Amino acid sequence: MNTLNTGIAKLVKSALKGCLALLLAGQSLYLANAQVPYDRILNAADEPQNWLTYNGGYMSQRYSLLDQINQDNVGDLELKWVLQNQVFGAWQSNPIVVDGIMYVTERPNSVMAVDAITGRVFWKYVHTPDERARVCCGANNRGVAVLDDRVFMGTLDARLIALDRINGEVLWDAEVGDVALANSVTMAPLAVKDKVLVGIGGGEFGIRGYVAAYYADTGEQAWKTYTIPGPGEPGHDSWQDDDWMHGGAPVWITGSFDAEQNQVYWGVGNPGPDWNNEQRPGDNLYSDSVIALDVDTGELEWYFQFTPNDPYDYDAVQVPVLADLNWNGMPKKVMMWANRNGYFYVLDRTSGECLVAKPYVRVNWSSGLDENCRPIITPQPDGMPTYPGNQGGTNWYPPSFSPRTGLFYFSAWEDYATIYRSEEQEYTPGRAFLGGGFSVLAPAPDAPTIGIGRTNPVNNWTDEVGHASLKAMDPNTGEEVWEFEQYDVSDSGMLTTVTDLLITGGREGYFHVLDAKSGELLYHKNLGGQIVMAPVTYMVDGVQYVSIISGNSLFTFALKG
Amino acid sequence: MSKQIRGLRRSRIRLFSVIVTLTALPCLSQAQEIGDHQYTSEAIQAGLRVYSRECALCHGPQGDLVSGINLARGEFRSAQSDDDLRSVITEGRAQGQMPAFDLRESELSGVIAYIRAGLDPDGIAIRIGDAVRGLALFQGKGECASCHRVNGVGPRTAPDLSAIGVERSPANLQLNLVDPAAAILPINRPVRIVTRNEETIIGRRLNEDTYTVQLIDSNERLRSLIKADLVTYEISEAPSKGPTNLTPAEVADVIAYLLTLDGES
Ligand code: HEC
Ligand code: HEC
Repeated sequence: MNTLNTGIAKLVKSALKGCLALLLAGQSLYLANAQVPYDRILNAADEPQNWLTYNGGYMSQRYSLLDQINQDNVGDLELKWVLQNQVFGAWQSNPIVVDGIMYVTERPNSVMAVDAITGRVFWKYVHTPDERARVCCGANNRGVAVLDDRVFMGTLDARLIALDRINGEVLWDAEVGDVALANSVTMAPLAVKDKVLVGIGGGEFGIRGYVAAYYADTGEQAWKTYTIPGPGEPGHDSWQDDDWMHGGAPVWITGSFDAEQNQVYWGVGNPGPDWNNEQRPGDNLYSDSVIALDVDTGELEWYFQFTPNDPYDYDAVQVPVLADLNWNGMPKKVMMWANRNGYFYVLDRTSGECLVAKPYVRVNWSSGLDENCRPIITPQPDGMPTYPGNQGGTNWYPPSFSPRTGLFYFSAWEDYATIYRSEEQEYTPGRAFLGGGFSVLAPAPDAPTIGIGRTNPVNNWTDEVGHASLKAMDPNTGEEVWEFEQYDVSDSGMLTTVTDLLITGGREGYFHVLDAKSGELLYHKNLGGQIVMAPVTYMVDGVQYVSIISGNSLFTFALKG
Repeated sequence: MSKQIRGLRRSRIRLFSVIVTLTALPCLSQAQEIGDHQYTSEAIQAGLRVYSRECALCHGPQGDLVSGINLARGEFRSAQSDDDLRSVITEGRAQGQMPAFDLRESELSGVIAYIRAGLDPDGIAIRIGDAVRGLALFQGKGECASCHRVNGVGPRTAPDLSAIGVERSPANLQLNLVDPAAAILPINRPVRIVTRNEETIIGRRLNEDTYTVQLIDSNERLRSLIKADLVTYEISEAPSKGPTNLTPAEVADVIAYLLTLDGES
């Protein structure tokens, strides 16, 4: 009797399950075809099951409200699927997830639409960049933007391509910059309202940087704002002669957007030639700055320069992380910024005013900041090490801000220094324009040092040439609250959740989950390849997933079961 | 001098002190004066004058105009040691295409110094002796072979030197012998580990990361250890050997031998 009963119960249950599955499948089918209008992106926090922009939302906090994975069950994470990249080289892409479909790019310029539950691929679009394409640091692409029924990718040959997100068909293909002048796009575009915004890279090739906006439906250019002011524009006098024409100031990391201010914020890269600042006297605006642009017109509303007349390649290409804080008792719209130059800044994003700024690693190129947060410079004598080194105290790796802990998290490089060498260099169109070089400080001659990426499974340089510290910063004070150190350096971004998990990786190939409050290690797993992107989280059919790229594979985890 | 790492936390002081040692290098006292092993900068300057006057015409300002020879990089057709160079210059080669020169002793050693300095008037010129004598010293009086493995022969605990001639510059090889503390690569620092079950492991690291360390122990066993399980993990700043007792001329011979080790044989 009992057996019979349970038998029937089982049948009923499985029938029910079947219906449910159908229902859910029907639903996700419908959702998969749904549009992603601007409103959905603007209110991305209302649908934490999706990851709709490079940094998870316009404020770029990389903070998720999904709570299925928490401090108690994080140990039950298990691997659900792996997507193998077919191309070798650092995989810096950051996936976007829309209603169960993940869009991820592969080197040099491919887009894949992937089933976010199984990791199987629906379609793959391949763009082969023009052979003249030149980039300093690898054929990187950091991902797509989505808007309505389109996905957008920037390319190494400086194009912006719109694809039908259902079948990967090209809808339009616009020229953003001149490939012959080594213009390139490596960042994920930012879609706002009816436009797609993108910045131009090529800071090591003497470009003149800019941010440009394209109408999402036609690919027609709406506006273009140079990051180096031309003759007659304010700031032009921070350059001499024709230095401004090939002064660099690229934009190669996705910006942020504040709908109330109607402003987009972009970090601007280094001036060129990189290491010879005597060749380009002046502050070199708006290199190494954050610029606030009117999103509709591209007009410059304010700027803040972190490193004037920079000889150290301290690009300010970090993600502008926005939050509305009770800042030391006052409501403030802030922007948090751990800069490559070794200082952590909190700015008022309505004006660009610097509220607080402090060094977070050893800094010796400057002895401090004046009351406007302009650095008091202390250049080191020839042959002596400069801290932080050329890759910076941090770099483009996306940080996270958790409104729950009130802390800002990012990957820093500690005890890392380089010795710079500068030389006069003439500008030749499309060629590297560096003005010198550098070597990483090492404890013995001929000792191996840190490279731009990690290709060797054996660490024979050791932590003595630099190592990673994941830092949790208090934006009220600019002080570090705790740190989590790693033996090798890390180019990994951050993800926080409402359950106070801090999820990240590192060059060693470890996937780490920490307690966002205390920095205590909760979980770690060796994925084997360098992690040079930031993890994302999403939910499909009631299951929360975490995806992270390590080496040439994208790993997706969820709880056991 | 030893430093201690427990688990994941490392002390900033340790890292800092390493760097201090580095920058303070020139002031360290050494068993032998580096100068004994090098040509003086006066010699190099004198060599520059001879070179411009007598040699640049054929070999070019960069030393690379005669095919198959690059004087700046030490690439010769047959010469190896400084004595070989001496005989090339005083006797000539190839039926006078490379003429014989009758130079004063100071000019002769000067131009050799200038070649050894990489044709850089501000460079460092290391004395390079005779590789055959160097091999004998390596296996005999120098006792190098009792610790180092070369081409499949010798113990595995110290670094294998089979390709050291292409991995290190002559200046660094010399520093390794004369002042090992200043030349030791961080990964080669000797480690001493005590595990939870009270085993003491002495060895040399092969690889390390945040959570684990891989090493070869004094019994030539490969070990991989989880740092959180260790009671003690010390990395010594001092190398496992002191400065060599060999004379400057012998050191020059050993360097000549080490430079022949290119990983090919
Ligand atoms: C008239 C041209 C000429 C001049 C002047 C000349 N060389 Fe040479 N040198 C040569 C040629 C040719 C060779 C290659 C000989 C051979 O075929 O082995 C050579 C070879 C050498 C070599 C390489 C020997 C080897 O084993 O490969 C050295 C070292 C050298 N020269 C040094 C000098 C120095 C030092 C001077 C100046 C004092 C000098 N040479 C002046 C033409 C010249
Ligand atoms: C007692 C054992 C011992 C003896 C004897 C010894 N070495 Fe070493 N040597 C080492 C060890 C161990 C290292 C690694 C660094 C350290 O611990 O000092 C090393 C490092 C080196 C290095 C640097 C290797 C690298 O990859 O950077 C060179 C070169 C070298 N030794 C050459 C010699 C020569 C030449 C001799 C003989 C004159 C010699 N050694 C004698 C143990 C020894």
